[in-house]
Amino acid sequence: MVKTTKKNVTFLLLLVISVCLGILTGCGGKKTKGPLIESDAPNKVYVEPGKYDEFYSFVSGGFSGQMAVYGLPSGRLLKVIPVFSQNPENGYGYTEETKGMLQTSRGFVPWDDSHHSELSMKDGMPDGKWVFINGNNTPRIARIDLKNFKTAEIIEIPNSAGNHSSPFTTSNSEYVVAGTRFSVPIDNKEFPINTYKENFRGALSFVKVDPASGDMSIAFQIITPPFDYDLSHAGKGPSDGWFFFSCYNTEQAYTLLEVNASQKDKDFILAVNWKKIEEFLKQGKGTDKPTNYSHNKWNEKTHSSVSEMIKTVKTLKPEDIPGAMYYIPCPKSPHGADVDPTGEYIVGGGKLAAVIPVFSFSKMIKAIEGKQFDGDVETIPVLKYEAVLSVEVQQPGLGPLHTEFDDKGFAYTSMFVSSEVIKWKVDTREIVDRMPAYYSVGHIMIPGGDTKKPYGKYLLIMNKITKDRFLPTGPELNQSAQLIDISGDKMKLLLDFPTVGEPHYAQAIPADLISKNQVRVYKLEENEHPFALKSEKDARVERKGTDVHVYLSAIRSHLTPDNIEGVKVGDVVYFHLTNLEQDWDIPHGFAIMGMENPELLVMPGETCTVRWTPKETGIYPFYCTDFCSALHQEMQGYLRVSAKDSNVPISFNSNK
Amino acid sequence: MKNTSRLLILLISLSLISVFFTPIWEITLEAPQYPEGLGFQIWINKMSGDLQTVNGLNHYIGMKFIEPDSIKELKIMPYLIGLLILGGLLTAFFRKRKILIAWVSFYVLLGISGAVDFWFWEYDYGHNLNPMAAIKVPGMSYQPPLIGEKTMLNFVAYSYPSTGGIILIVCAILSILILFYELKYNKENHL
Repeated sequence: MVKTTKKNVTFLLLLVISVCLGILTGCGGKKTKGPLIESDAPNKVYVEPGKYDEFYSFVSGGFSGQMAVYGLPSGRLLKVIPVFSQNPENGYGYTEETKGMLQTSRGFVPWDDSHHSELSMKDGMPDGKWVFINGNNTPRIARIDLKNFKTAEIIEIPNSAGNHSSPFTTSNSEYVVAGTRFSVPIDNKEFPINTYKENFRGALSFVKVDPASGDMSIAFQIITPPFDYDLSHAGKGPSDGWFFFSCYNTEQAYTLLEVNASQKDKDFILAVNWKKIEEFLKQGKGTDKPTNYSHNKWNEKTHSSVSEMIKTVKTLKPEDIPGAMYYIPCPKSPHGADVDPTGEYIVGGGKLAAVIPVFSFSKMIKAIEGKQFDGDVETIPVLKYEAVLSVEVQQPGLGPLHTEFDDKGFAYTSMFVSSEVIKWKVDTREIVDRMPAYYSVGHIMIPGGDTKKPYGKYLLIMNKITKDRFLPTGPELNQSAQLIDISGDKMKLLLDFPTVGEPHYAQAIPADLISKNQVRVYKLEENEHPFALKSEKDARVERKGTDVHVYLSAIRSHLTPDNIEGVKVGDVVYFHLTNLEQDWDIPHGFAIMGMENPELLVMPGETCTVRWTPKETGIYPFYCTDFCSALHQEMQGYLRVSAKDSNVPISFNSNK
Repeated sequence: MKNTSRLLILLISLSLISVFFTPIWEITLEAPQYPEGLGFQIWINKMSGDLQTVNGLNHYIGMKFIEPDSIKELKIMPYLIGLLILGGLLTAFFRKRKILIAWVSFYVLLGISGAVDFWFWEYDYGHNLNPMAAIKVPGMSYQPPLIGEKTMLNFVAYSYPSTGGIILIVCAILSILILFYELKYNKENHL
């Protein structure tokens, strides 16, 4: 590995650029195919057929827009949860019911870039109720219900762009946050880009989470100076009540940020006292600003989404909340702002820094009380670096990004540039071990590694580049995760596995906290979908003008009705399929020839609707797309489409 | 009648009340696709469990739907059990040998006719199959056993008494033993 003197910034920059050009990234792999795998590694990841993994891990799907669920330690892919992207596999984002989930103030947005998963918490520990994930491109936060692994809610974040510093949560999930990665003009106004400093602002949104229902609502937005907010973490224990946001581009550059946002020796971590802000809000501080953002919720009873536009948001300026925010100087464009299990230490991950600064929460409070400031930015005091710093971890490697913690007092920091993970002792800051990553590790995750009591045992590292690690698949290769055993003194590599999309961050939780709550079927008698069928006897076809509603039922092994006539070219046909099964793992699917939408995949007791506009006369076969039973292949029917001016009446039969 | 017998009959009558709150029989099905198990319970007045799923599967072999609402036994049984309890209470109260004989006979008769009825019910469901059924195996019928287990295609069916049924059987045996005891060792007419 390359070592540098810590002050040689130019050399560092050159290194970073050369890495970006792809010159260095493969080097580690050429020398060796990795550390020798311990002989017991296969036993540590082998989960016998029919046996379960110890942990569920929720890994962000990056530019797939989804979230992938893997079992650990096996690395088995359990499910891909559709969140921000349409999913033809089950009709998510295509069906009439789910389209609303992807509604935004900018219309229907069928894709996003999902970065960070975050489990809901109770007393600083994951409670297994929900997992949140951010949409980076069109700022959104989604809440996934872990009873059924479905996206239950998506809230858009106004005045924000590039929702990167999100959706990190407080110790009791009072809030999930959304810090903007791009500063932008508030209210979507347009200005000359070179008026960045005057007209652009960085919004930090605090989204309230209802402890019972999980419903999200934006409690307030803080409008801060135009920096780029990167990552964040909530305080815990003594620092509960505070939130720490890393930010880069304090240079306030708006072009060629690669260079122009890398000029200052130190950027900031913004410490926000949200409990104090709550007091200011009680005093009536803040302005209800007109805005427009979408709030989409899934209704379990109607099996449909409800989408509404919200027109105001509470905003606060720094001068409204004096004493609630402080900037902590942090070397070189920090990425991670990670709080250790005790809540005392805040670890900054300066991407271009040659050290890892460890800040002390108690020193920060003393520095605030002693007014040890280095001036301010728009009324936000800047604390003196040395006054808050506990110590710097020396010579960690290159490109420290993100730190997680284990259950034995160690911290693990990913090094993007030198493509490695280091293990260091939190109290002595001594580096005790390093392990190469294949290649260019971004975030890392220890089960419970950002909580009060990490579960430890494993470290999952998430790599941006895989090159020669797997059988080649043309130019487009998967990203990957690597599982490392951290139960002993030395890190031991156990497993490599490719991931769905680019894994940015992950969370893991002991499996039984989730597996015991699983929904198996939706109760048919509780189905309140307006087009639901409770019995096959009510299956029918109704015409309303040019709309044709097919009330379709599916049960092994027939669709009812299965002969439909009287549909005409120019009609809009809605197939409302109810799966009448009440049996575990018996979904039914539906597709009709030439349908412009993907299939329906309907769970037992659920109703889903797909829209179809026949364009030509003819006979259109339809069938069940899920191999449901021995007579699945017989689960089929015909629909006749007649000419626009024909007088074939609506009729249907089903083996009567 | 010995006070012990009286007390036992009283206890039997009271325990029989629990039959109103527990299933009497349970039919369980085992198949490779049902690791979680599949089955239904017969109560004196209703059925519970995976009846809908069982019906769904049974339609492939042309079996009639099991519809609790159309099974008259489920309407009569609560009265018969009520009568049985009342009979027990009267026996304990009047201490007459004749009443004891009548009560135990009624109990035994009820048990036998119940079992016979159940067998016929199972025979009907297992044999009277829809000729249009998708799966027809020549010579195959699907009558579950009265008690015990039987393999039918990919299913193994188990039929055993459930809590209520066990209480009914144990109480029946006890009543018969009481009757024998009273007839053999207690020569007085007035028990």
